[in-house]
Amino acid sequence: MADLTLTAQNALPQGDVAEVCGTSIRVPPMRPLTSLMPGASQGLGQALKKHHGLTLPEPGQRTLSDTAECLWFGHRQYLLVGVRPADSLTEVATLTDQSDAWSTVLLDGPLARDVLARLCPLDLRDAAFPMHATARSEIRHMMACITRVSADGFRLMVFRSMADTLLHDLREALAMRAARENL
Amino acid sequence: MRLSSGGLIDRTQPIGFQFDGHDYAGFQGDTLASALLANGVRTVARSFKYHRPRGIFSAGSEEPNALVTLGTGAQTEPNVRATTQELFAGLQARAQNCWPSVDWDVMQVNDLLADFLGAGFYYKTFMWPKKAWEAVYEPLIRRAAGIGKLSGADDPDLNEKAFAHCDLLVIGAGPTGLMAALVAAEAGADVILCDEDATLGGRLNAEVEEIGGQSARDWAAATLARLSDMANVRIMTRTTVTGVYDQGTFGALERVCRHLPPGRGKRPVDCFWRIVAKQAVLAAGAIERPVAFRNNDRPGVMLAGAVRSYVNRYAVSPGRAVTVFGNNDNAHRTARDLLAAGVHVAALVDAREGAKTDLAVPFYPGAVVERVFGANGVEAVSIRTAKGRERLHSDCVAVSGGWNPSVHLTCHLNGRPVWDAGLAAFLPAPGAVPNLIPAGAAAGVFSTAGCLASGAEAAGKALLALGLNAANTTIPQAEDGTYDITPLWQVPGRGRAWLDLHNDVTVKDVRGAAVENFRSVEHMKRYTTQGMAPDQGKTSNMGALAVLADVTGREVPQTGTTTYRPPFVPVPIAALGAGGRGMGFAPRRLTTSHDVSLSMNAPMIEAGLWYRSSYFPRQGEATWRQSCDREVAMVRNAVGICDVSTLGKIDIQGADAARFLDFVYTNTFSTLKPGRVRYGLMLREDGFVMDDGTTARLGPQHYVMTTTTAAAGLVMMHLEFVAQVLKPDWDVRLISVTEQWAQVAVAGPKSRALLQDLLGQDLSNDVFPVMACGPVTLAGVEGRLFRISFSGELAYEIAMPARYGESLFRLLVARAEALGGGAYGLEALNILRLEKGLLTHAELDGRTTAQDLGLERMMAPGKDFIGKAAASRPGLVAEDRARLIALKPVGPVKQITAGAFLFEQDAEPVRTNAQGHVTSAGFSPTLGHTIGLAFLQNGADRVGERVHMVDHLRQITTLCEVCEPVFFDPEGGRTRG
Repeated sequence: MADLTLTAQNALPQGDVAEVCGTSIRVPPMRPLTSLMPGASQGLGQALKKHHGLTLPEPGQRTLSDTAECLWFGHRQYLLVGVRPADSLTEVATLTDQSDAWSTVLLDGPLARDVLARLCPLDLRDAAFPMHATARSEIRHMMACITRVSADGFRLMVFRSMADTLLHDLREALAMRAARENL
Repeated sequence: MRLSSGGLIDRTQPIGFQFDGHDYAGFQGDTLASALLANGVRTVARSFKYHRPRGIFSAGSEEPNALVTLGTGAQTEPNVRATTQELFAGLQARAQNCWPSVDWDVMQVNDLLADFLGAGFYYKTFMWPKKAWEAVYEPLIRRAAGIGKLSGADDPDLNEKAFAHCDLLVIGAGPTGLMAALVAAEAGADVILCDEDATLGGRLNAEVEEIGGQSARDWAAATLARLSDMANVRIMTRTTVTGVYDQGTFGALERVCRHLPPGRGKRPVDCFWRIVAKQAVLAAGAIERPVAFRNNDRPGVMLAGAVRSYVNRYAVSPGRAVTVFGNNDNAHRTARDLLAAGVHVAALVDAREGAKTDLAVPFYPGAVVERVFGANGVEAVSIRTAKGRERLHSDCVAVSGGWNPSVHLTCHLNGRPVWDAGLAAFLPAPGAVPNLIPAGAAAGVFSTAGCLASGAEAAGKALLALGLNAANTTIPQAEDGTYDITPLWQVPGRGRAWLDLHNDVTVKDVRGAAVENFRSVEHMKRYTTQGMAPDQGKTSNMGALAVLADVTGREVPQTGTTTYRPPFVPVPIAALGAGGRGMGFAPRRLTTSHDVSLSMNAPMIEAGLWYRSSYFPRQGEATWRQSCDREVAMVRNAVGICDVSTLGKIDIQGADAARFLDFVYTNTFSTLKPGRVRYGLMLREDGFVMDDGTTARLGPQHYVMTTTTAAAGLVMMHLEFVAQVLKPDWDVRLISVTEQWAQVAVAGPKSRALLQDLLGQDLSNDVFPVMACGPVTLAGVEGRLFRISFSGELAYEIAMPARYGESLFRLLVARAEALGGGAYGLEALNILRLEKGLLTHAELDGRTTAQDLGLERMMAPGKDFIGKAAASRPGLVAEDRARLIALKPVGPVKQITAGAFLFEQDAEPVRTNAQGHVTSAGFSPTLGHTIGLAFLQNGADRVGERVHMVDHLRQITTLCEVCEPVFFDPEGGRTRG
């Protein structure tokens, strides 16, 4: 069936969504996401280093290489971001493709923390949530993964099916927070 | 009356406003209360029950009288305290509980009937006939009594909820709070300083005194400026901490733009904060309490501290000839400040024998104000001295019965305050709230110097707990006056003396409660309604319980207090529910075919958080039933396409995956061959059915479990519990892949042809039989194919990564339409499964067992599984339990409705005769009549019998025949196709 094609589609239109008071909401391109569950196996750290140049992150942390990222993703679970896992990782962990399961939105700017304070119970002060900190938490009742990616930047991930709601909630919170600037 | 100078108002900025239709002017910095007083408006409300005229009583959030309605139309806001409402241009306020006007109110007649309307009157009078209470009496009483009214329209305003975190939360920004915040901030702690006022400083803004050689209010402003410059300090004005909760969490209400004219755009009205603090200092100050005497509710009777607030902060004199009446040194300050402001002090009455003053005022030591005269406001006072009575012309009484530390927050975790006889007040119980340190007036320290020291000390304790070293913050010099109180709660005498102004409760009512044997303070409260108004008795609780103690011959500490509960001030439900209106109520989970389905005009139906297509209307179809019938026929005769991605999908891997499934399912999965699928049944620990679904074995150590849409989260949680807690030593790894895969059912006799053509591979029974599964490739994309059926037809489910979901759905629908089929929705899906007697959570309702469902053979006898032991309990295996059957109508009435009850044909349709109920029902176009699934006592043995289905709500009675649960193709030949 030569005429057959399936078109890939991000849950959200990629690109800039809004920018208010220097704070932006942006949908980045989809990246490969793979869940790594080592179980009792000890070899994941070494294999990750060898094949992807990444160290295994501590709970609540992420590690980076030039091309990839490893995210702590819960109890005995990691998320490999940005690259397809090397085949030999299957020897030291259970791999599950999650690339289509999560939607990612970037929130960056001076109001980012205040916007998140309206949607999420996490303590996002520098001391509690420094650069490269990550947490599984909630954003307005949605199970989420939140990662600090820059001084004022946060990467927010929710299930793909809820991406629309996430974007709506972020826009609304940003608009209301920004409206306070002129009080 | 506005004083010619002074105050924290900006006289260069006049502000026009309206009260009860009249135009007035005030200044920037005024509250509505101070502006009304400045304009000589004395009566601002009518009382709750007796409709007596009421004036402004306090200068803070404790106000029991001056509740007004703000705004018009949908933005009407009742019960706004005039004492905390900042004035803004164009503010429109109306008096409440009066008609036609606050000055001349028809319901004033209630006051003449006061002798009949005391506490308990309603309970005793409106008893008969019983039904009349709800229909007649209550609406009548509610109309007569009351406080403001809501507009009834949808609230157009926006609200917020937010979280904040800090090392130290300082509650209140008076001298104590400012000092505590300063000490902690200079030591490097992350500090949040909350105060309910717009201008920080607390009493410092209302008093004339010095701190560190400058005026107290200047010191407050300077300290605030210092704090504002520090990056580790967050100052939250107009923010009242309303409650204390576990783990150092505090609720706080921020009034974001209630001080601004309407036209708010995206600005929230209120923001409800949840503040998480490692340490907290309670510097909430104290609330002055009145003394009860005859007619002490008349406009013009005011708390002495409030009089000082109006004179010193707002440059308003509440009267032209003020009588000051108190039982402590503090009251004398009021006379002093009035004199300094040039206001005539008619008398300084001090209840304490031997009290002294240097002030040049008529002074009455050892005397009391016995009553006030004047129908619409204070005109004269009667002073009782040892020598007799004296009547003085006076239009304002500034009264102080002492101060009550604001212990409220220390009681929110069930702490009981401790009585201090010297201060005649309750103090916070030590350690009442973990990591919350009461300080300053809230801890019974009533001098400014004492408060500054107490604030610094509290901050020091907090810093120690935080592991920070205190910097060398100097405590400035300040006034260290005496308090010296002799308790006085009420002045005995004839007539009515008010305790609770808000709920119209008098000394006589409290006595009456005791006489009726409501002697416990909690009973007295409920009998009289004292303390139950929006002010929560802030100015009346202490007086009421002291009177109760007196009547019952007990001391105050033995009588005890009622329980202070959150919130400290009223919190609008709109703030608590911020963002939850309309679609904000819950997240929407959308399938990848959502947009396509909408473009096909499919109405959506909610399944948990998911939105699923109900049906896909075609031209000429006017009702959902027409579409549904067509879709059912389409699946039975050609091929239908349905997005089933919402079903839970759980990836289960590991060396012990098979063993794990054997343990969580009643039936066996270790024997399942790779490339095959099996239907499974899962019980809860208590033996009832939790969920069902199919599980596919993709590899020796790799399964994919399917759950129902509704129970996906529940099952995931259950599996995690089993893996982490019950079998932690097993090698099992779980992850939800629900969102990773878009899964679409292709069902109907032409489904094989469709998929063979699409996938270019042989799907004949030999290659891909019923319950087979395996990898497929479509347009170069790897996916999965399952031969499973929820319709009883030859059917498949194809799964592709979610990014291709929309594309896949479009493709399949187009192919199906070319074969005479098309998309079908949840309505048709439901009819298809009903015809086959397949289960949903209408049947797996948490109360049914495997046996009830006719699935007892799925309980594998040779192994252990969760729920096995509990499922064998006698009650769960009793023969007479209701069992799953199907129903079809056999009489003239053809309706079967879900929720209806089943009765024997000749039994009266009453509760005690019910033998079961209908779980699901619908019209089967295949069979040409309505069908239903139901649970019926001994149902399995009663096939062929006739029963009555009675739907009491819809008033339907249908004669039904009991049938086997599977109507259509009971041999399953079509599925095996």
